[in-house]
Amino acid sequence: MISLLGIERVFLVGDQPVRALRGIDLEIGAGEYVSLMGPSGSGKSTLLNIVGLLDRASAGSYRLDGLDVTALSDEQQARVRREKIGFVFQFFHLIARLSAQHNVELPMLLAGIPAAERTRRSDDLLRRYGLAERAHHKPEQLSGGQRQRVAIARATVMRPPVLLADEPTGNLDRASGQEVVRILEDLHGAGTTLIVVTHDPDLGARAPRRLRMVDGRIEQDLRG
Amino acid sequence: MRWHDATRFAWGGLRGFRSRALLMVLSMAIGVGAVVVLTALGEGARGYVVNQFSALGTNLLIVFPGRTETGGTGTGMLVGQTPRDLTLEDALALTRAPGIAAVAPLTIGTALMTYGGRSRETIVLGTSWHWKDIRGVEMQSGSFLPAGDARAATPVCVIGRTVRDELFGSEVAVGRQVRIGDRRYRVIGVMTPHGESLGFNMDEVVIVPVAAAQALFDISTLLRILVEARSRSDIPRAKAQAEAILQERHDGERDVTVVTQDAVLETFDRILRALTLAVGGIAGISLAVSGILVMNVMLIAVSQRRQEIGLLKAVGATRAQIRVLFLIEALLLAMLGAAAGLALGLAGSALIRRLYPALPAYAPSWAIAAALLTAALTAIVFTLLPARRAARLDPVLALSRR
Ligand SMILES: Nc1ncnc2c1ncn2[C@@H]1O[C@H](COP(=O)(O)OP(=O)(O)OP(=O)(O)O)[C@@H](O)[C@H]1O
Ligand SMILES: [Mg+2]
Repeated sequence: MISLLGIERVFLVGDQPVRALRGIDLEIGAGEYVSLMGPSGSGKSTLLNIVGLLDRASAGSYRLDGLDVTALSDEQQARVRREKIGFVFQFFHLIARLSAQHNVELPMLLAGIPAAERTRRSDDLLRRYGLAERAHHKPEQLSGGQRQRVAIARATVMRPPVLLADEPTGNLDRASGQEVVRILEDLHGAGTTLIVVTHDPDLGARAPRRLRMVDGRIEQDLRG
Repeated sequence: MRWHDATRFAWGGLRGFRSRALLMVLSMAIGVGAVVVLTALGEGARGYVVNQFSALGTNLLIVFPGRTETGGTGTGMLVGQTPRDLTLEDALALTRAPGIAAVAPLTIGTALMTYGGRSRETIVLGTSWHWKDIRGVEMQSGSFLPAGDARAATPVCVIGRTVRDELFGSEVAVGRQVRIGDRRYRVIGVMTPHGESLGFNMDEVVIVPVAAAQALFDISTLLRILVEARSRSDIPRAKAQAEAILQERHDGERDVTVVTQDAVLETFDRILRALTLAVGGIAGISLAVSGILVMNVMLIAVSQRRQEIGLLKAVGATRAQIRVLFLIEALLLAMLGAAAGLALGLAGSALIRRLYPALPAYAPSWAIAAALLTAALTAIVFTLLPARRAARLDPVLALSRR
């Protein structure tokens, strides 16, 4: 369902071109659980951003469910981001002035879902992730692990088939990290395609399919 | 995205940056307030003039010597040779016209008025008993000039309240002999205080029969002839008849001007309306200029909230939605500012009315509407660029901690 062919990403630093991705060919099927590892600066985040439509490839083609998403308009791309992809960041990126519940509801608000339905769905998710008592707290009143669970709730509230996580445990202690991993793996168990970028070998090893990037290329693609 | 949700979200954004929001609200409030107060002042001046004219009597026409350009209502711009003066005979001739109800000749001068040891430089109006009805004069005591032939120089006078107070103090004025210039007159009446009307304060004048005034000042001319038409609809007819009669009396020369009160009023009305529009416009421009401030504030808002914008995009906001959110924010600020400005302006106008009760200083509704519209439009126009910049932010860059 995710199909990348000859993906290049070139950044201009000053007038110096930096080739962050060099010809990535990658197929990821629906419902797969993939970990993406590699040294710092190898292009993991860049690749994930392109898959998540937060960034555009300089060259190559990207098909999602058979649809050539690089050719879509801004409006259509936003729709894909909203409905097909959930993104979990290392630094959570919650909106500080919104309560946990309102952060979770944000994608539904943009999608024009009525308030009653939004509350129902966000209540449900917050309860499921053990945050029922925290619904009306601001992010600054939450621990790192709680924040990341709010962020996961936000990423999944539209029930996207694909969930992308860029170092989701990178800023968490061991216990909170394990809780987050459990939630992500539960989602995968329920059918979500999961791609996790990580520096943690233990976490990376849990995935049935393990990719290793070096210097803008996929060096290793291990299964089983 | 629903409007209601978008508005609430934008409102939350504003509350996060209070001092910034306050600055914008203040600049808008001052602009809108200025428009309201200044136009209220202009309208007040207009209302004042209109009231002054209305106090003159409603079916009034004024005849004065000299011919002005067609349509003009001033006394200037003589055409052709020096005009013939208006005489008392001219005034009496006008009473013949069927459309005319009453005629009051008018001549004016100043003279020293003395009673006992006290004296006072006083404006002397020479007219006839018709003046009372035409000008709506009311008597506090005694009576007005006697009815009868206007050519009779009866030595009697009617005085205003201030004149009475200054010359007679607590004494009874009616029946006393006073000197005006070098002649003696008997006071036969005191007028009820009337205040300012068409240039002079009626409380500070003395009124004598027109023939007496002409003798006093040694003239045979009139300054004006006041004519009252039989009814409002008779005004055009009365005007034509007066013109025809005087043309005939002046050897076929059309050397007088007859203005109706409506025409005078209309001119003042036009001038003052234009003035109101002008000051309102200037205040409006200053309001629009506050848009520069709006733009700067919104640009700062965009750069302060890069992360939030990037996040919104990551969870599915379109560029259009980001633009709308910022525009709503600006519009909310403008509305708050406009509401505060409106309150400020209305309070200011009320204060003016309190300080100067003669000025009906109410801001016209068109000015209020225009001020609110300008505030909203300014906010929107000057937020277009910042909103566009926000919408084009690259989500990856906005979210990165670099
Ligand atoms: N916006 C950018 N402008 C210029 N260069 C960039 C930009 N984003 C990434 N790069 C470069 O692209 C390369 C890949 O970066 P990327 O962030 O994808 O690495 P990464 O594998 O995620 O590293 P890390 O493990 O440290 O997060 C790096 O050399 C980085 O400097
Ligand atoms: Mg990275």
